[in-house]
Amino acid sequence: MTEIRFSGFGGQGIIRCGLIAGKALSLFDNKQATMTQSFGPEARGSACSSQLVVSDDRVLYPYISAPEILVSMSQEAYDKYEPELREDGLLLIDKDLVKPKPPRGKIKSYSIPSTRFAEELGNRIIANLVMLGFFTAITRVVSPEAMKKALPGLVPERFLELNKKAFDKGYEYGKKILAEEKKPKTSKQKVKK
Amino acid sequence: MKKVKADPKGVLTGAHYLDGDHALAEGALAAGCRFFAGYPITPSTETAERFAERIPKVGGVFIQMEDELASIAALIGAAWGGKKVMTVTSGPGFSLMMENIGLACMLETPLVIANVQRGGPSTGLPTLTGQQDMMQVKWGSHGDYEIIALSPDSPQECFDLCIEAFNLSEIYRVPSFVMTDECVGHMHEKVVIPPAEEIELVERKWYKGPKDKYLPFKPDEDMIPFMVKVGDGYHFHVTGLTHDERGYPVINAECQNVCVPHLVDKINMNADKIIKLEEDETDNAEIIVISYGITSRVTTRAVRKARKAGIKVGTIRLITVWPFPEKRIKELAKKIKAFVVPEINYGQVVYEVERCAFGQAPAIRVPHCGGWVHDPEDIFKAIKEASK
Repeated sequence: MTEIRFSGFGGQGIIRCGLIAGKALSLFDNKQATMTQSFGPEARGSACSSQLVVSDDRVLYPYISAPEILVSMSQEAYDKYEPELREDGLLLIDKDLVKPKPPRGKIKSYSIPSTRFAEELGNRIIANLVMLGFFTAITRVVSPEAMKKALPGLVPERFLELNKKAFDKGYEYGKKILAEEKKPKTSKQKVKK
Repeated sequence: MKKVKADPKGVLTGAHYLDGDHALAEGALAAGCRFFAGYPITPSTETAERFAERIPKVGGVFIQMEDELASIAALIGAAWGGKKVMTVTSGPGFSLMMENIGLACMLETPLVIANVQRGGPSTGLPTLTGQQDMMQVKWGSHGDYEIIALSPDSPQECFDLCIEAFNLSEIYRVPSFVMTDECVGHMHEKVVIPPAEEIELVERKWYKGPKDKYLPFKPDEDMIPFMVKVGDGYHFHVTGLTHDERGYPVINAECQNVCVPHLVDKINMNADKIIKLEEDETDNAEIIVISYGITSRVTTRAVRKARKAGIKVGTIRLITVWPFPEKRIKELAKKIKAFVVPEINYGQVVYEVERCAFGQAPAIRVPHCGGWVHDPEDIFKAIKEASK
């Protein structure tokens, strides 16, 4: 079972992130994924989040308690949700929008300028798709094929291609980071091998 | 009872990722619902929105009413006009519906109401879950009557049980309720909608006899009277007053003592046919946990832990909450140490369990006043305590 939280500010497409990933996992990756979302009086601009519980079997408890994966696209959301991330969790943030605290426990942290990339692609509204591509590459919880299959119906049809492009941008960036991580950096590591 | 296949027009066959609210609307459309009248209220609004978008495309009508009183009144009218009808609401709206729900019971009108429960009383917790209307659904309107209430534990079951509610409502000419909650209503999961030919529906029991002989409240052999459509040329009368078989008011004790028992008996005497339970390891159980809706999923976690700890625990999930599985509870009460009843309220169905146990086994409540689901640990502790 994996618990995931997508977070950011209202209007960034954070709920959409949960919907796309949940749909991809449930319909195309043969998993059971339950998505819930914060339904407080939050208005646009304040911290907002969607939660996914992913499992091979039926999800019994629908909410997350201590997520393994936290995606944060705003400082406020990061400040609010970072403390609940597991000590051995994965943290994914927007490089330009979140200034992280010093690392805690064995948390592995990855960052991407998702909003900047989205702006370069022509519209900051697709920053969430850049982040989802990055999320797919880094976490490997869900397959990129399933994610793309999940898009129709969840993004406006006329922007489908642009959304896929944004996804690819994030995915490739994530792949690149992982490849660099694998590369031996010092002679010491070489010896170890 | 005439069974028919669903009209493919209303059936969105395929695998979807839906929340419970949307699944309710899809269940209704698959069941042939073509009239919705309602007033938006959190956390049920998504159902109304889905209806507003989808029902005109399948030849149905969506009306946003001025309030919940009028919503039920409109449903009663449309049902007598021949349509399958539905509305959706939550706590405060449910309270406003009570008077006309009584009217629908008295007129033996088939209609479906979904209550996406939130924490109460009053406006309470608009955006957060609760199971606090479980007694209200049975007792909320004045007088003696019976209804049917189902409790889905997932978006898939919101779809499935909505169809079931329509079928039961048609078979017994009675308001049927889908008592879901904010958690299931707003939770997204996979929902598989089968092809139309695999969805079995019940057709309303239409009267086909001579026009001047129609009696809208004369029970047939199966206790259920025939219906006709308003506008088809039948002269008949319906009233909330105590009435005879013709539907005319008769204000005396004799008529009252025929009219009212009928409303109760037609459900209670068919309870075995209506009730659906899901039982697990109840045969050799010392403790039986009884739950419904989202709470039954959370319960499973606690039960697994208890079994690991060596406690003999069985479970009953109430898919049908009303009518209540009185016989089964009575039977099991003789063999077990205790019932444990977690529910997202301060204790409601637990007292019905207690009543049905006839003092043979205690019914221990695990209350939670709403806003969240139970911590499985609390249910585990109650099981452990009960097993001592």
